[in-house]
Amino acid sequence: MSTSTAPSTTAPTPAPARRVGAAGRGTPRRRNEKAAYIFLLPWFVGLLFTLIPFGASLYLAFTDYNLINNPNWIGLDNFEEMLTDEDLLQALKVTGIYTFVGVPLSLLAALGVALALNKGIRGLKYYRAVYYLPSLLGGSVAIVMLWRYIFGNQGIVNAVLAFFGIDGPSWVSDPQYALSVLISLHVWTFGSPMVIFLAGLRQIPIMYYEAASIDGASRWRQFVSITMPLLSPILFFNLVLALIGSLQTFTQGYILSGGTGGPSGSTLFYNLYLYIEGFQRFDMGYASALAWLLLMIVAMFTAANFLMSRFWVFYDN
Amino acid sequence: MALMTQIRQRSRAIAAESEDTYFEKLGSNSRTRFLRHVILCAVGAIMLYPLLWMLASSFKPSSEVFADLSLWPSTWDFTNYSQGWNSLNHPFHLYLWNSFVVVALTIVGNLASCSLAAYAFARMQFIGKKPLFALMLGTLMLPGHVLLIPQYVIFNLLGWMNTYLPLVVPNFLATNAFFIFLMVQFMRALPSELDDAARIDGCGPFRTFFRVILPLCVPALATTAIFTFISTWNEFFGPLLYLTDSSLYTVPLALRQFMDSEGQSAWGPMFAMSVVSLAPIIGFFIAGQKYLIKGIATTGLK
Repeated sequence: MSTSTAPSTTAPTPAPARRVGAAGRGTPRRRNEKAAYIFLLPWFVGLLFTLIPFGASLYLAFTDYNLINNPNWIGLDNFEEMLTDEDLLQALKVTGIYTFVGVPLSLLAALGVALALNKGIRGLKYYRAVYYLPSLLGGSVAIVMLWRYIFGNQGIVNAVLAFFGIDGPSWVSDPQYALSVLISLHVWTFGSPMVIFLAGLRQIPIMYYEAASIDGASRWRQFVSITMPLLSPILFFNLVLALIGSLQTFTQGYILSGGTGGPSGSTLFYNLYLYIEGFQRFDMGYASALAWLLLMIVAMFTAANFLMSRFWVFYDN
Repeated sequence: MALMTQIRQRSRAIAAESEDTYFEKLGSNSRTRFLRHVILCAVGAIMLYPLLWMLASSFKPSSEVFADLSLWPSTWDFTNYSQGWNSLNHPFHLYLWNSFVVVALTIVGNLASCSLAAYAFARMQFIGKKPLFALMLGTLMLPGHVLLIPQYVIFNLLGWMNTYLPLVVPNFLATNAFFIFLMVQFMRALPSELDDAARIDGCGPFRTFFRVILPLCVPALATTAIFTFISTWNEFFGPLLYLTDSSLYTVPLALRQFMDSEGQSAWGPMFAMSVVSLAPIIGFFIAGQKYLIKGIATTGLK
């Protein structure tokens, strides 16, 4: 679709051709242009795999559809149903808590460790590797199952607590604590924002700090007046990425609860609820509506983030 | 060729220089430095402990696993491995092979299709380039779950259920805009004289791409390959959706069965197979750390 419309909407064709003609040759540039579309051919086909489903899911959001019968237009019924859907409310709550507790904690850890590592330290490579490794493993089924065991009734967390004379709860099967198990897993994977912070810290010219210390600025003052402003674009970038990623969590909730979102919906992440509605109850119209609601939420958060960034993100140039 | 080595040497020199000025900064006194090491080591130990504990537990007899905090099994027992390998519907090497097939095809698809698209966006002039590039960036931000249900319907109509096609084919169509973006950034940084020189020597756009640009993009290709490996190896959602026949299961789906079928008693074999499932990622991490760290610092990928 876009393949055919895109060229006609832009600048008139003869302009570049004439410029090339002035140089004496018309063919290579035009051949080059045709070649560009050949290079892009797989991407154009792939774009159809994105744009068509994108439109289709908006349509399905207004239908009743179960994969077997044809979609049946029901107007805003799906969205009306959302207003009284208690599971949806629970899913929003779980995802919200996970995001607003987990993201700040992991970004704080990432920033703290990045600052400590940026002080010129021997063995930086090894520290960075150790801290980074968990973020590669955090999304795997094996690690979530490990967490399920570690926080289990007789797991090692409770063994450590028992050593201090504390009787630990059964973290995984208690609705009050199940989500905190996954938040701890989230924090465990602070390595990837840390690496981004570290790269950002290294971009700050050392002479700023030298000038500041000649002027007698304290360490804290230097951090507030130099490091934080210059690092704020990186913090912003990390925040946007972490929010988007966290709102779309699925595997962790699925594995910890065995696919149910339990106990009592305490790990019912939004995408897990969407999966249950769409692929276990085969209410695909409602699931599409859920997908669009989440898209709106993600877009809203990202937009809010960008708007607020004007007040606290500092761009050097 | 000379230009290429020159570029390489210069970038290496810049890297070394910044490293040096960096270490000159070792200003703080030795006591705070020592303290910092102690704290960093302690935090690192806490982070690694669960992994090491899992490794140790995979060698402990099942009766010993519970609430045993030690990282050294009192007796080394390999039965967890032999048991775990054979306790599911199919031997574990089948799942490893399935995962390998999916991962390998995904990597090939991503490398081929994304580098082609990236070359067009980064180094060619064509009508509609700007809006198309903007569209590409737009798909980068689009959360995948919005496309999920229609894609499922399409794959179902195509008769692709219970095959690897839904997992693999999209990767041959450059649907992973992240990697296009990564390669565009990399290719833009290469000097434009390279294309001019190739054209004067009589190379068409395809030969310029394959013989001149692509060989210079090895770092970006390596980053793409490693990230693709890790995310595809861990991928749970796609296989869960499209694979129902257990002989097609990839490793994450197979691992999940340890929880479904055997309940609380099979922790030992489960840990053993978990170790087996994580080993390739850790291996890739050690081998490709340089590219990983660079890639994540420039694109913010996981």
